[in-house]
Amino acid sequence: MTETTSSGRATAEVWITGIGLATSLGEGLDAHWDALNQRRINVDEQGFAPYVVHPLAPVNFDIQIPKKGDQRQMEAWQRIGTYAAGLALESAGIKGNKEILARMDMIVAAGGGERDLAVDSNILNSEAKGNSAPGFLNERLMNDLRPTLFLAQLSNLLAGNIAIVHGVTGSSRTFMGEEAAGVDAARIALARIAAGQSDIALIGGSQNGERKDLLVLYEFGNFNLTGKFTPVWARGEKSGFALGSGGAFLVIESRAHAEARGAKPYARLTNVVADMTRRKQPGEIAATLERLWSKVGKLGNDCAIITGATGAEPATSEERTFLSKHPDFAVRASGTTFGHTMETQFPLGLALAALSIERGALFPPNDPAGVEVEMSKPPTQIVVIGTGHWRGEGMALVEAIK
Amino acid sequence: MTATRDKFGRPIVVVTGMGVVTSLGSGKADNWKKLTAGESGIRTITRFPTDGLKTTMAGTVDFIPVEPFSSTDLSERLGELVAEEAIAQAGIGTKGDFPGPLFLAVAPVEVEWPQRQELGRAIGASSEVDYDAMLRVSGGGRFAQYHRRFLFGSVADHLAEKFGTKGSPISLSTACASGASAIQLGVEAIRRGEADATLCVATDGSVNPEALVRFSLLSALSTHNDPPQAAVRPFSKNRDGFVMAEGAGALVLESYEAATARGAQILGILAGCGELADSFHRTRSSPDGKPIIGCVRNALSDAGIVSDQIDYINAHGTGTPENDKMEYLGISTVFGERATQIPVSSNKSMVGHTLSAAGAVEAVFSLLTLEHQRIPPTINYDIPDPAIPFDVVPNKARDARVTAVMSNSFGFGGQNASLVLTREPL
Repeated sequence: MTETTSSGRATAEVWITGIGLATSLGEGLDAHWDALNQRRINVDEQGFAPYVVHPLAPVNFDIQIPKKGDQRQMEAWQRIGTYAAGLALESAGIKGNKEILARMDMIVAAGGGERDLAVDSNILNSEAKGNSAPGFLNERLMNDLRPTLFLAQLSNLLAGNIAIVHGVTGSSRTFMGEEAAGVDAARIALARIAAGQSDIALIGGSQNGERKDLLVLYEFGNFNLTGKFTPVWARGEKSGFALGSGGAFLVIESRAHAEARGAKPYARLTNVVADMTRRKQPGEIAATLERLWSKVGKLGNDCAIITGATGAEPATSEERTFLSKHPDFAVRASGTTFGHTMETQFPLGLALAALSIERGALFPPNDPAGVEVEMSKPPTQIVVIGTGHWRGEGMALVEAIK
Repeated sequence: MTATRDKFGRPIVVVTGMGVVTSLGSGKADNWKKLTAGESGIRTITRFPTDGLKTTMAGTVDFIPVEPFSSTDLSERLGELVAEEAIAQAGIGTKGDFPGPLFLAVAPVEVEWPQRQELGRAIGASSEVDYDAMLRVSGGGRFAQYHRRFLFGSVADHLAEKFGTKGSPISLSTACASGASAIQLGVEAIRRGEADATLCVATDGSVNPEALVRFSLLSALSTHNDPPQAAVRPFSKNRDGFVMAEGAGALVLESYEAATARGAQILGILAGCGELADSFHRTRSSPDGKPIIGCVRNALSDAGIVSDQIDYINAHGTGTPENDKMEYLGISTVFGERATQIPVSSNKSMVGHTLSAAGAVEAVFSLLTLEHQRIPPTINYDIPDPAIPFDVVPNKARDARVTAVMSNSFGFGGQNASLVLTREPL
């Protein structure tokens, strides 16, 4: 397949001017930076045993979602995302700026479908006890489902809640499709701004990883990490991912728009490229990553890599093969620290890249396997990689603004 | 030489292929014949027991076999059929090698009750069924096919492989505006010069018990179960909700330049797209109608035309008390006095609300309206709502001169999208 590239006839330079993070490490940029530098990992091996998850750090949702009524209308994944989106708008200095928010575009990468576990379990139990009259399921669903649960399940209602709570209304688009949705949200938003179809956009996603219904979906494919937590590169034969809870949002805008409002950039979002190889033959993923690497941009000596490598196989081994061909680049796997946040992993990678560039340092390695090495000089470029656990390959180039 | 760029200097985007499936039938010919005959595709549900449900009818697509059945499998099959029809008409690329990206509007994918019940049976009657027990039986590869099936990206993954579309396929949801959004993404990619052709597909096969219950609990569905054909009553005083329906629509979009260079027949122009989100409420429109008004104005200005140039509106027209009232407020604000003169009809009166697919299904019908110069009616229009004085093209199709159509889509979560389609380049 040929890559889809955002460059086209692109001309406008695009800056990252806002970052919002609420994850298992905490909320806000300072808390994340400190935790990353302390190599802190928040992991829960007990609560969902044998499955390992990275739980959301305590967050006071009231700060970004002041109305309790709004919070009640959301399930956890929407609350996390709406919270992180608010942080991003605040970081960009446009929280409450009605003029800008009313024309701000939004592309959210979302899953959805959070279930009422008790309702499902009760129905299945009754059926196991022989209650299988026609209409039994209908009756239980009619009586037991909360009327507003549907709205908390709908994928596009994270964007809907961000519009309601924060007033982002220029447009509202929701991309689905696991990891690739996060890549494509960034790719399309960048392409639109670069081509002059948009001035400013909010992009990102969120996941509640502390969900047994979600674990079931990935357990079907034997993708869940079980037993004892290990870093992504050290999983070896015990492959898989630990689901992570978290939200990551970014404000990106044209340089002209940022300068006109006096916004301070974290970094430049130079390019996003993506593809979806069929993965029928060994080596296809590595070859696709190599091709994307050749398209992502001209890379210098002060370039690092932040990857969302999941720990799932064969994708992570193939990515490691690809990385081994580029030994001069310091690598960090966000999955070790944050777990796998699925749709959110690529926006999370963009956020960590922009933050590292702004702070003038790559956070330290957290990897006994030796894939990650120290980087002493400040990174001026960071390539963000998103290789889906099952499908989808993407890459972005985030650069310092000189 | 004809200009290949619009008045804003962007590549003109044309339609060279279309495909459609609804409860009325499969393919453009069958659908158009029944649509202009004022036939309804709404029927009493036979797919599953309806005991205990307030709404027992829907616009199901039961004439296309899918085995094993799930809503996602049906969505995928319908998506395949319409993409095949559209690509065949466009005569573009070679089999399994479509020369551009895929934009797919699809209902959010989720594990469904039959699979959950299968897990329940795997656990057995001897132990308590809960999610811990379900997790215990889920692994080991025995249900691996359900991981593949119920990933959100699975339908796009399959269509991308089957039709050989290029790059990373995008699955999107803007609720009941999804079909229009898929087309908008395709238009934008061509305007950016990223692609000469795009495949825009929208599909929905969601009529299952839980989906029906969900909408029912939000009091969104009609309960006029008998006769089912009379259930959807857009713009009528006695309208009482929408009717869920299944279907799919597909468009092959190309730049005018690429289409004419390969001698393709041009079926219409995708002249403009507009969108605007509503921050008022999760399921209701802002009472002042401003987001709808802004969306319609955005579509007109994107097409570079004024409202006077539109001569037919393909309404969202769901038949819910709220939607139809708000749609009138929006249209009458933008169109002024012409709002009562311009024909405004609802395809949903016949095919029902195809949800994620509606925007694309109705774009296909809008293009057929331009092609045949004939406007499909709004059926079941017996008791006009005096608060909505649209010319709804009541009950009978009408021949008319139609050069530019506006097609509107509005959805839960404050989603609004409008398309402007024309016969000739503007």
